[in-house]
Amino acid sequence: MSRNDPAADYDGPPDYRVIGRHALFPQTSHDEIERINFLAQMNRHLAANVVPGVKQAYEKRVVPAFEALEARPIANRHEARKALLQDPAFQTWSALRRMTMEQRQQAGRWTALRQAEQLAEKARELTEGDERLKLDPTLQQPRYVSAVDHHCMPGSYHTEYFPGDVTNGANYDHAGFVTTSGLLGKYSDGGGHAVARWVKRNLPDFQPQQILEIGGTVGHSSLPLAQAFPEAEMTIVDLGAPVLRYGLGRAKSLGVDNVRFVQASGEDLSIFPDASFDWIQTTMFLHELSTGSLRRIMAETRRLLKPGGIVLHVEQPQYAPEMPLFEQAMRDWDAYYNNEPFWSRMHEMDLDAEMIAAGFERDQLIHGGVTAVVDRDLFPDAADDDKEDYGRKAAWHVIGATV
Amino acid sequence: MSIADALRGAGAKPAGKRPYFLDAEVERVLAITMSIAQELAVSRQRTDTLERLLLEKGVLSQGEIDAFVPDRAAATERALWNQEYIARILRIVQQENEAVGRPDDIASEDVAVEVGAAS
Repeated sequence: MSRNDPAADYDGPPDYRVIGRHALFPQTSHDEIERINFLAQMNRHLAANVVPGVKQAYEKRVVPAFEALEARPIANRHEARKALLQDPAFQTWSALRRMTMEQRQQAGRWTALRQAEQLAEKARELTEGDERLKLDPTLQQPRYVSAVDHHCMPGSYHTEYFPGDVTNGANYDHAGFVTTSGLLGKYSDGGGHAVARWVKRNLPDFQPQQILEIGGTVGHSSLPLAQAFPEAEMTIVDLGAPVLRYGLGRAKSLGVDNVRFVQASGEDLSIFPDASFDWIQTTMFLHELSTGSLRRIMAETRRLLKPGGIVLHVEQPQYAPEMPLFEQAMRDWDAYYNNEPFWSRMHEMDLDAEMIAAGFERDQLIHGGVTAVVDRDLFPDAADDDKEDYGRKAAWHVIGATV
Repeated sequence: MSIADALRGAGAKPAGKRPYFLDAEVERVLAITMSIAQELAVSRQRTDTLERLLLEKGVLSQGEIDAFVPDRAAATERALWNQEYIARILRIVQQENEAVGRPDDIASEDVAVEVGAAS
């Protein structure tokens, strides 16, 4: 530690201006950037400086109060969360964390909406007549997407405010930095690079020709796979037209051409014949589903895989019995207070059993772990980060299978 | 999209009923406070940007702002600005204190009944 040198000791998100831009990236004024910087620092402050107080309150107040009242220990994460809800430390942290998310949506949406027509025009120029964008206006949004807007993002991934609109793609892309504090890197693609690196290391002979990402939104985690395997064709499927339209424009602008964006539900990919893909990927996707749709999607991945192919799902860690109840309760926060209603149930599911029920063999299941791969000169590296932001950290589990 | 529509859309409520962790009145005031804290940070950064640009262009020199001593007239203007600012922010405290000295104060609603009476 260098004495009295704040810069040398700096631990936190980088200035937003290091973010990577592309043709569809919204213009951001000085003050819009500073709003994002402030909100990223808010999230960092809550994780680094406020959460430890919540943990202490749990140990010193919440647990003793529960045990005094019930004459038994807290039995599960739901009891832990409900007990925490009575404690002022959890209440204050929760209120601030919720407000920070609401402020982030307002900030990002303002930037995207005030230039919505210009962005749509750029998207039209980039994608009009391009067969790599296939939209299906008849597609119905499933209940697990339409009931509540995921992570308090008004209109979610699918709402279009006018024909050709990309607002919700632009908002999701440019202001996601607030939540991840830069941990996903220059193009918010650290997760995709991590997966590509994991595959190259663990499956060095794997040479996929056809890759599918389900729920790939604007392509944050898909483009790195397309870049890592330039001979392959990458297909990104999503329910939302604005994110797909934005996604193809973004990919082309970034010089990634071996991609196509298709509007479809992962539950019904009958547009693709059996055994169409060598590799099927989902990244931080399963928790936004429902029990039924997760099963149907896993069955579709089994049907669509070619012999010798792989499926990989990247997610936050499952709730294991050895995970402390406090951590489980804190991780459940997003399910109940940040509109991620399937988060809690999904993280307690036996995913091995679900994969087997979908037709995969137990001895061909894959388990691993990855952390975001970022440009370490500019961005914090999740592998070096000892803070825990319960569900937001760029360190994930991999579950998958070969066939 | 009009500016009014963009502003309304930016602050739109997401689908899903909002949870409250504190008394609703307290949480409402805290939310407004946090938005103002955000805008204060934005203003502070804008001033910092301005200072750095002026420094870079040689209009200001390093340390000049910290070494700045207003002359007597400027100091008075600045002090008055602070007094005015605080008085504006704490208006409700002033008015609540004035009310203590007015035990006979009557609500307009009651006066409405009184002056509206037939006779």
